[in-house]
Amino acid sequence: MSQMPQLSACPSCEWPLESGDRFCGACGYDLSALPPRPDDHPTVALNSPVAAHEGTDRPVAPEPAGPPAPEAGGVPLPPQAPPTGSPVSPASGVRFDRPPEPEEYPLQAPDPRVADLSAPGGEPKLCVACRAGRVDGDGYCENCGHAQPRERDHMEQECGPLAAVSDRGLRHHRNEDAFGIGHTALPDGTPASVAIVCDGVSSATRPDDASLAAARAASESVLAALPRGTHPQQALHDAIVAASHAVNALADEPATAREHAPHQNAPACTIVGAVVTSGLLVVGWVGDSRAYWVPVDRSSPPARLTEDDSWAAQMVAAGLMNEAEAYADERAHAITGWLGADAYELDPHTASFKPDRPGVVVVCTDGLWNYAEAAQEMAEAVPADADRHPLHSARVLVGHALDGGGHDNVTVAVVPFPAVSQGAGSA
Amino acid sequence: MANFSKSNVPQFSMDVYQNEYLPEGGREVNAIVTVTATGGGTVGGAVTAPQLYSPGQGPSAAVALMVDCSGSMDYPPTKMRNARDATAAAIDTLRDGVHFAVIGGTHVAKEVYPGGGRVAVADATTREQAKQALRKLSAGGGTAIGTWLRLADRLLSSADVTIRHGILLTDGRNEHESPEDLRAALDSCAGRFTCDARGVGTDWEVKEVTGIASALLGTADIVADPAGLAADFTRMMETAMGKEVGDVALRLWTPVGTTIKFVKQVAPTVEELTDRRSEAGPRAGDYPTGSWGDESRDYHVCVEVPPAAVGREMLAARVSLVVPRPDGTAENLGAQGLVRAVWTDDMTASTSINPQVAHYTGQAELARAIQQGLDLRKAGDFDGATAKLGRAVQLASVSGNADTAKLLAKVVDVVDAATGTVRLKAKVAEADEMTLETRSTKTVRVKK
Repeated sequence: MSQMPQLSACPSCEWPLESGDRFCGACGYDLSALPPRPDDHPTVALNSPVAAHEGTDRPVAPEPAGPPAPEAGGVPLPPQAPPTGSPVSPASGVRFDRPPEPEEYPLQAPDPRVADLSAPGGEPKLCVACRAGRVDGDGYCENCGHAQPRERDHMEQECGPLAAVSDRGLRHHRNEDAFGIGHTALPDGTPASVAIVCDGVSSATRPDDASLAAARAASESVLAALPRGTHPQQALHDAIVAASHAVNALADEPATAREHAPHQNAPACTIVGAVVTSGLLVVGWVGDSRAYWVPVDRSSPPARLTEDDSWAAQMVAAGLMNEAEAYADERAHAITGWLGADAYELDPHTASFKPDRPGVVVVCTDGLWNYAEAAQEMAEAVPADADRHPLHSARVLVGHALDGGGHDNVTVAVVPFPAVSQGAGSA
Repeated sequence: MANFSKSNVPQFSMDVYQNEYLPEGGREVNAIVTVTATGGGTVGGAVTAPQLYSPGQGPSAAVALMVDCSGSMDYPPTKMRNARDATAAAIDTLRDGVHFAVIGGTHVAKEVYPGGGRVAVADATTREQAKQALRKLSAGGGTAIGTWLRLADRLLSSADVTIRHGILLTDGRNEHESPEDLRAALDSCAGRFTCDARGVGTDWEVKEVTGIASALLGTADIVADPAGLAADFTRMMETAMGKEVGDVALRLWTPVGTTIKFVKQVAPTVEELTDRRSEAGPRAGDYPTGSWGDESRDYHVCVEVPPAAVGREMLAARVSLVVPRPDGTAENLGAQGLVRAVWTDDMTASTSINPQVAHYTGQAELARAIQQGLDLRKAGDFDGATAKLGRAVQLASVSGNADTAKLLAKVVDVVDAATGTVRLKAKVAEADEMTLETRSTKTVRVKK
């Protein structure tokens, strides 16, 4: 998994890291630890016993460099390689709580107190809320009881020419979105990029498991089908069906310990996917997650590529309301199509485009498009160099949603068109 | 550490029912914790206590039978005879190997069997001897229940056993000692043995009998007709023989900054536990639940948490089951439940009330309404009594508590159960009123 996003150097002391490191080999910095959220106010401020550790001789240098360097560079995967998209790494601690200043602080300085305590490999972590209690096996603080940041709270992945970012947002207690991205080669050797984004249905049981299962199944399916010569549109259709089966299967599994609920309904999620080849752009979806086309040359018009399975979209389609009225209604986001055992019937929509100019496809959940609904708004939010810096652009878009209020989980994948060979990934 | 993988020891499981979603600024978290012990074998069967005994043997137990022998037991004389027969039936239900003693209670406590400050070990011979000794029981003297309990405690503690249980029968008021004496006796016995209490006839004080059962974590009931005593004693003894683990405590851990508003048992009966907490390490406390056989009980836990911003999540309480040991350590019985708080701006999520919580809140109010209604009726406030008992009828009807509804119907004429419209009956049999009061805390579980 050389293409997993991986910090190239320790955020604390710049020691070069190896793939799969969970702690820095030099200073012991816990690479999976997140610094506390800026909007968090500890409920109880206790004198932290670790205060005494502060000011040790550990070098704590803020990391001024750009986004973590992708290691995908010169490592082309063989076409039969297993899909690279599914597993995602924990966040590197990036948050865009104010307008991002790209070259300034993609990586925050680590909290030395957090780093200190987790330093002796495998020791229990300190609570990020009160900084006095240890974190128990269930992920809660043994002192103040607060839930600790989870791996899925913020996820980033860069994979060859494309990238995706997912964030819990500011108002939800967990991230119920998931994504799966990857790239492969068609039988004729030309490259293809794949991005799948899923949004768990909150009113259902275990929406986070549903979105993860769907994103994994779909990306694995399409990444396996494309090298075999399956037409991208067919491959994406099949992938959505595979994702649907994966979500349906969850309905039979026992609930995980954390989500113990006596009254269950079937796990469910939306899905949107994009496949980009050297000449073709295919999107497929079920639900209200979307794909937008944003050309590099902004003088030509951007476009929304998907049609929501939602109450609002149906109202507009039926001519009963205009778009503004429909989206102002509180039922606007009620979805009329989803993946899950309780879905009426699975109707995967796919559409195929042949853009005549370069651009990027923004594949996102409603956590983003609520803050940039119209194609033109979305185009304005997308940085001009999105095709060259997809990870940066995905972060900027997540930041756009958080600035707007971050009322929902936000997940964005940025896929440049046309697909370029794997060696020419973003810098 | 006990080995709980053996098939014939009880397995405890715990389920938490709650709506964890709080609105912005919300502070109160309510949860119903269902604790179920299973797999310990059938009631009365040979089962194994976790710590001391190998498979094949029953849990070591000691039982003290306290029989009222005050003068009033001779009015009518059938009462004494029925009490003797009931005690004999209970002795017949004793499993071989169980330690037991019979105490005759008046204004003092007398050892009826085996005597000499000892307990007997049940077998064919001792059972026969005990029944012979019962024949000597005669009525005469006063009533000082505290002395009976203290003697039972002395005798039970002389046996090195896991389960200690008492069965107490009285027919009159505790007139020959002060309420403070009884209180002190209960305090000194609490946690040392469990005790079921029964009132026979209608000349006893409901609050005394229920108070004894409540303090000693047993059941209370009325046996209005002495003829029913034998069946009731047999049942009580069978239940006692089915107990497999004694001195189980519900351990509640809560984070810094939280306050426990209350902890109560809500099924099978309402039992307030809040004030019975004993501290068990940092931010943890134990609430006594007594001994357990194959059974299931529900607890209502209410915790006040510090307010937090929308999107935050915290653990409001961690519930586990332990058997505290004298040295301060505790054996964990394995089951655990988490009570969570999640702040959300989704009004639909934060305003809905968990059906279990709603149900048991109603059951607790039902018990309270009956108590208050009967108290007001005794005090002569018939309007107040009508209102409270009407509310009780309404609650019993909505929640499907048919047994309580039936008992209420003997005290009031129900005009419309749905609206709680009732009329007080002009004439109420004393036994009916006492039955209602004694059983007012009985609850039913949520209708599926």
